[in-house]
Amino acid sequence: MTKKITIEPVTRVEGHGKVTIHLDENANIVQSRLHIVEFRGFERFVQGRPYWEAPVLVQRLCGICPVSHHLAAAKALDVIVGAGTGNGLTPTGEKMRRLMHYGQTFQSHALHFFHLASPDLLLGIDADPAIRNVIGVILNFKDLAVQGVMMRKFGQEIIRATAGKKIHGTGAIPGGINKNLSLAERDEFLYGADPLNIDKMIEWAQASVDLFKAYHKDHSDMIDNFAKFPSNHLSIVREDGAMDLYHGVLRAIDTNGKKILHDVDYQDYLEYIGEEVRTWSYMKFPYLREFGKKDGWYTVGPLARLNTCDFIPTPLAQKECEIFKAYTHGKPNNMSMHMHWARLIELLHSAEMMKELLNDPDIMGDDLVTKGTKQKEGVGVIEAPRGTLFHHYRINDNDQIDMANLIVSTTNNNQPMNNAVRMVAEKMMTGHKEITEPMMNAVEVAIRAYDPCLSCATHALGKMPLEIALYDKNNILIDKKRS
Amino acid sequence: MSEKIKFTIDGKECIAKKGQYILEAALENGIYIPFLCNMKGVKPAGSCRLCNVKINGRNMTACTTPVAAGMEVESEIPELQELRLSIIEMLFVEGNHFCPSCEKSGNCELQALAYKFQMLVPRFPYEFPIKEVDASSPKLYIDRNRCIKCKRCIRNIKDENGKSYFAFYKRAHDVEICLDKELAATMSDELAQKAMDTCPVGAILRKEKGFDQPIGTRKFDKQAIGTDIISVVENINMEVKE
Repeated sequence: MTKKITIEPVTRVEGHGKVTIHLDENANIVQSRLHIVEFRGFERFVQGRPYWEAPVLVQRLCGICPVSHHLAAAKALDVIVGAGTGNGLTPTGEKMRRLMHYGQTFQSHALHFFHLASPDLLLGIDADPAIRNVIGVILNFKDLAVQGVMMRKFGQEIIRATAGKKIHGTGAIPGGINKNLSLAERDEFLYGADPLNIDKMIEWAQASVDLFKAYHKDHSDMIDNFAKFPSNHLSIVREDGAMDLYHGVLRAIDTNGKKILHDVDYQDYLEYIGEEVRTWSYMKFPYLREFGKKDGWYTVGPLARLNTCDFIPTPLAQKECEIFKAYTHGKPNNMSMHMHWARLIELLHSAEMMKELLNDPDIMGDDLVTKGTKQKEGVGVIEAPRGTLFHHYRINDNDQIDMANLIVSTTNNNQPMNNAVRMVAEKMMTGHKEITEPMMNAVEVAIRAYDPCLSCATHALGKMPLEIALYDKNNILIDKKRS
Repeated sequence: MSEKIKFTIDGKECIAKKGQYILEAALENGIYIPFLCNMKGVKPAGSCRLCNVKINGRNMTACTTPVAAGMEVESEIPELQELRLSIIEMLFVEGNHFCPSCEKSGNCELQALAYKFQMLVPRFPYEFPIKEVDASSPKLYIDRNRCIKCKRCIRNIKDENGKSYFAFYKRAHDVEICLDKELAATMSDELAQKAMDTCPVGAILRKEKGFDQPIGTRKFDKQAIGTDIISVVENINMEVKE
């Protein structure tokens, strides 16, 4: 008898997703898909609005990493107001935005690791769902849970100081920023009472990398082999090849490490990247045009960034980067669960970057905004916590947006996540007549490694969970489990 | 010196100049009566009805009713506060007010009043009207989604000949503001800013100027609406004694 399993809603991810798995009579996987079932349409309803509203309006896509959308939109509008990209902004404008972004990455990575992912790692994929959650972590690993909460708080406070509010601020405006950092704010972050100061954050971020490495040592079979598959990797990197989450050129490498997108200007992204629509999901499938829809898909996010960059420009994270790269002998790392490792190295890098920026006097400067000759079109790209994020706007003669295109981080990871689901389903479910909760959770663990933000990815709205259902060969539902 | 007359608001003794409207006199006596359509120095219109007060059992708009000697005005009574809240709610449901992405958020009088009256959710169904925006003039962006039809812009933004830049067109429920295109083509930056400041909501915005004032530094971030009324009644009392 053919079975169809649906996992709906997917839990401990941002957004609402559904997985369907079709099994044949012998319980072999015939088809597996991650469906994104929501639709929002921001690209459409931003049309007609004045362009300077975009960074404030479009960030409402998401409450998890609105800063990324805020900054990507502001970067696109920098081009429109003639401030250009890269060094176009004043030092204060650029560094305040960078501080906002690294604060955001820091809090988002801390949230993901400690609140969403750590229950699987610390308590076990097959642990009772009643304890395999953030409450279970708090009860069993209190110190760690407190660190997670405080690290997130520190990042959120950085966002508040730079954007005006912890969620959905207004700091970045076309051509710059609307405030600088006061001396009192800066000193609070640098020298605040324990634990809320930058040195403690760096110490804890280093400890979380060490925690993962220790876990990896004891569970290397699972961490190395779970949902491992060859992939292309894409991100922006600084022009000298360093990791840069705020600005750079587009680089992609194939599964062997060969460059397939050669550090190009992201203003021309449409020349290199296409988006495919499939009937069964609201989330599009981006691909590198040169390699076509079948082979051109790529991974973005922490793992991809560690793979594409040549080095990390802060000492502690660079040391960890060297260990990370040595593990695969310098070749691209294609192990999905190593995404967590890469994410924690970025957590450390973000903390170090915040310290560097806080110690830079430019952050307290008064020259906030640059303007030049107005343009009709602009593209802004940023490395959001979950990966490369594209914002593209065009305006008419009346300063109204008449075209918007967003390629969101999670959208870039659509095909890799589908691959991960298929691999795990094949490994865990093939030949099994009964589908157990741990099997379903394993599918979710694979999705969770990508830290997907499904609400952003379809520009979608709603609650965020995943559901699995079992169908017979006539497509009649015979079992359904919500996690 | 103009003639002074005595009256009371909610039992508090007040002094007004003869011919002065209740709302203006109340403010001078340090008493805040909520309003949206009124503006200092501009002829009152009585269109928003928020300043409704009770005089001898009758509801009257404080902005258009002159003070009479010995008048007993009731303002902060539950019946009127409830009426004012319902007016604020109606203004929200008959437009499309999305504070989160509005440049005027924090400087918006309608938003500030909603906070003052602790409006959580309107009791009336949203109308979600379809409104056109007008971005065709060089200095201003007119967003009719947010217009509350207070006529402040029509009364306050005029050229040197007294010709208004703004006007109402259409009728009744469909009435909308429009901007004189010929006049708007030569509008100065100062007048454009004055038009934006005149609008109590975010219906009139200056072009290419948005969100440059950080959150936390905006007018009603610092001080709730109606709490900045400074009483000049002591001065008036002194004048009366003299």
